[in-house]
Amino acid sequence: MSEVVKLHFDVDGEDFTSAGQASVQVKKILRQLGINPEIIRKVSIAMYEGEINMVIHAGGGYADILIYEDRIEIHLVDHGPGIANVEMAMREGWSTAPDNIRSLGFGAGMGLPNMKRYTDDMKIDSALGEGTRITMRINL
Amino acid sequence: MTVEALANALELSALVVAEPEREIDGVYIGDLLSWVMGRAKSDNVWITIMSNINVIAVATLADVSCVILAEGVSLDEETLAVARAKGVNLYTSPKTAYQLAAAIAALPV
Ligand SMILES: Nc1ncnc2c1ncn2[C@@H]1O[C@H](COP(=O)(O)OP(=O)(O)O)[C@@H](O)[C@H]1O
Ligand SMILES: [Mg+2]
Repeated sequence: MSEVVKLHFDVDGEDFTSAGQASVQVKKILRQLGINPEIIRKVSIAMYEGEINMVIHAGGGYADILIYEDRIEIHLVDHGPGIANVEMAMREGWSTAPDNIRSLGFGAGMGLPNMKRYTDDMKIDSALGEGTRITMRINL
Repeated sequence: MTVEALANALELSALVVAEPEREIDGVYIGDLLSWVMGRAKSDNVWITIMSNINVIAVATLADVSCVILAEGVSLDEETLAVARAKGVNLYTSPKTAYQLAAAIAALPV
């Protein structure tokens, strides 16, 4: 089915306080497009978790949001260290986040599980030393 | 019940009043932001002692009706400005999260 809207965001790996701006922006645009609020919530939370992960764990990257008639796709790409054990990383509570990140309320090891919870399909392609590509799909 | 009625009933101090007429539905208490995003529901009152700028993004994305900072926690002016810009209802109270939740539970619906 033909692509309706494509959004692209660069995620700054240096700036932790502005992390989430892309997600908040996406939320706003989805609202303007008249997307159902529960779908907006799922998309924007899944994207935020991914965005935060790119900042905390990967030194930044980019996010592409593709809005089709029947689905929304979120593509998150970074050239960080990669994930050594994806199965382990997907477990609730598993985290390598440092203490300074935990003191900000992140690093509970619930980000990837939340991304899975809020999407209809999620795929992680990660290679050590090369980076991580996460693709998520939410059906409309 | 509206956010404004809740704020009056619990004698909350207003930090940002963006949408006082918004209806509240249920409560979520937590400081770990991914737990909040995973478990809080739309329109919940979110009670937390977490006090950094990421609270505002999480409140927006989780679509809670308002945030109550417990134990007298406050936020710096920069964060308040972001909350204002994003339209997040934000209050503070000297009460503990438990006291706030108990007070909300005791309110007539
Ligand atoms: N983009 C990424 N690049 C490298 N490692 C990642 C990335 N995303 C997640 N991880 C790894 O997976 C773990 C679990 O991620 P997550 O569930 O979001 O929990 P948290 O971010 O709280 O640690 C992280 O601690 C980190 O080790
Ligand atoms: Mg995470």
